[in-house]
Amino acid sequence: MSPDSPAAIELRGLIRHFGERTVLREVSIQVPAGATLAVLGRNGAGKSTLLRILATLLRPHGGEVRIFGEALPRRGWAVRGRLGLLGHEPLLYRDLTGRENLVYHARLHRVEGSRVEEVLHAVGMERRAEDPVRLLSRGMVQRLAVARAVLHRPELLLLDEPRSNLDPAAGDLVEPLIGRASGATRVITSHDPQSALAEADVVLALKDGRAVYSGPPAGLAAEALTELYR
Amino acid sequence: MTPHVRHLRGLSIATALVITVAFVLVFFYAPLDALCGFVLGGVFAVGYLRTGERIWDMRSYCAIHISLIFSIGGLLAGSIWAKASWGHWWVWQEPTLVSYLIVILLFATYQPLRFSIEDPERQSRYAAVFAVVAGAFVPINFIVVRLSAEYVHPRVLNLEGGNLPGPMKLTFYTALLGIALLFATLMKYEMAAKATRMETRRLRRALLGDDALRPLGRSAAPS
Amino acid sequence: MRTAVAILRKDLLLELRTLETVPAMALFAITTFVIFHFGLNRPSISGQLAAGVLTATLLFAGMLGINRLFVAEREQGGFDAFLLAPVDRSAMLVAKAAALFIYLAALEVIAVPAFGLLLLGRSLGPPLPAIVLILALADVALAVIGTLVSAIAVQTRARDLIGPIVGLPLLVPALIATARGLGPVLTPHGSVSPPGKWLAVLALYDVINALLAYAVFDFLLEE
Repeated sequence: MSPDSPAAIELRGLIRHFGERTVLREVSIQVPAGATLAVLGRNGAGKSTLLRILATLLRPHGGEVRIFGEALPRRGWAVRGRLGLLGHEPLLYRDLTGRENLVYHARLHRVEGSRVEEVLHAVGMERRAEDPVRLLSRGMVQRLAVARAVLHRPELLLLDEPRSNLDPAAGDLVEPLIGRASGATRVITSHDPQSALAEADVVLALKDGRAVYSGPPAGLAAEALTELYR
Repeated sequence: MTPHVRHLRGLSIATALVITVAFVLVFFYAPLDALCGFVLGGVFAVGYLRTGERIWDMRSYCAIHISLIFSIGGLLAGSIWAKASWGHWWVWQEPTLVSYLIVILLFATYQPLRFSIEDPERQSRYAAVFAVVAGAFVPINFIVVRLSAEYVHPRVLNLEGGNLPGPMKLTFYTALLGIALLFATLMKYEMAAKATRMETRRLRRALLGDDALRPLGRSAAPS
Repeated sequence: MRTAVAILRKDLLLELRTLETVPAMALFAITTFVIFHFGLNRPSISGQLAAGVLTATLLFAGMLGINRLFVAEREQGGFDAFLLAPVDRSAMLVAKAAALFIYLAALEVIAVPAFGLLLLGRSLGPPLPAIVLILALADVALAVIGTLVSAIAVQTRARDLIGPIVGLPLLVPALIATARGLGPVLTPHGSVSPPGKWLAVLALYDVINALLAYAVFDFLLEE
């Protein structure tokens, strides 16, 4: 990766409030394109908020946020189509079938119809694509959610605790779509540090909204890690 | 001293004087200022939506809050007037009275609406949207209700000072000015109180940490 | 525009599949007619009374639909999905208002003949075009205000209450115009063309609110 290519994500002094509380205090980090960022911290440390800001769903209250060189929130509309969010909710309508849901998302993202079949096949859901989502098992819903997230071939994947939402078999199945092999820049939040550290190129550790460590995973000492989750 | 407290004493004295001069007739002209207050609430809300600064939300909140109180007062006064001129405590033939009822019914939902949104930023934004739509609604409502009044009669609760003879004109305008000053004074008091409370909380938070503060609870007031 | 169509298709598909909204609205309307019959205790009604009963019933039945409009988005992540897409955010307003308009039209296809059968003292035939025109204009008002109010209400805790208490006062001018427009048309041997004044009021009300809604709606979608 050449030193001149813009970082995929650049945060400088990011601040976000919730009423009187400050949820993110001056968080800064740089993530090169194609790299994986792991965001660690306890529940309530600000991980999901950070993810939602990167997804352009929340606006920053202070500091700078740049994705692919575009400044948020002003240029949010320019990057929206290039990122994919996979969170706790599948973002699927329970009374529509898997295929109908994906077709709807394809229309929203101006993606061609054949792509829907492609992702259905990739997550192994072609046979159950005509069943309403409310009849599907949790594992299948999660697979459809992955399909939804990658439908528009995003360059930046935002994954909120992906391991806790996928069973192991499904995890292997979707690995090429949302794992390192996808080639996308990835941001993974996790409250389980070990697995996240294994995948990460850059680590951001949050405690009470403050970045207590940002850098390569090797630099994060074991004691610091336990301290983080106390 | 927060900026709101500036000029407060001088303003209070001026208000008290003018009010004393036109006290009785004040009641019958309160309605006009309440109306402007609601529209003003809408204008402040536009300010909030465009800038995102909390101060505009506070202004909008206070303007609507106070206008609602004035309107209820105006409605009661109008009812008394109706009893005096028509013999009933309520008359549908008086479009001004009817419009006030509808406007009050609408703005009475402002606080319940704020109360029931928990995210503070969302609360302010939604309240601002409401204030804009409701502020635009006030003149529309007035016009349509007037159109629906089929009875032609001398406009008793006259909003235009044009029909009044000389001395009444003076009283009318003084009363109007008095109410406008009262409105401004009350707004400044309310905003000063809120700003001070927020400042106190901010200092306590800075000195004692986040946990030292009890949450604001059911206050609908914008923080 | 293409986005609005995509959203509309999705909503109509959902409604056809679940049949949640329109049947409930229709049942509510017909039951209300029955209640009115017993409440008024007359063999039939006509003229302004009939216009009032019909308008009020449609309004309250419409409220049911308005309450449900954004629930699926809120509970099943539809807002996030939409906000993540690189599309014009006003498309949501257009799509939802269009969906609501269609639901209301479907409601009226059932409710108006039912009204003619159960309550009306004159035949529905001759005034039907006038009725359709007036109700079409009224439905636009209901659709626009309903979408706005529904989007506000769905983010509050007291979701089902906020919709009606905020929406009904806002709709009063439309209600006045609709009822007064229908009155002469539903009178036996009355004119078959609706009064122009009230049509103009409805049309103007529709335009103003559509513009307002377009201006503020985006602020409701942000988090």
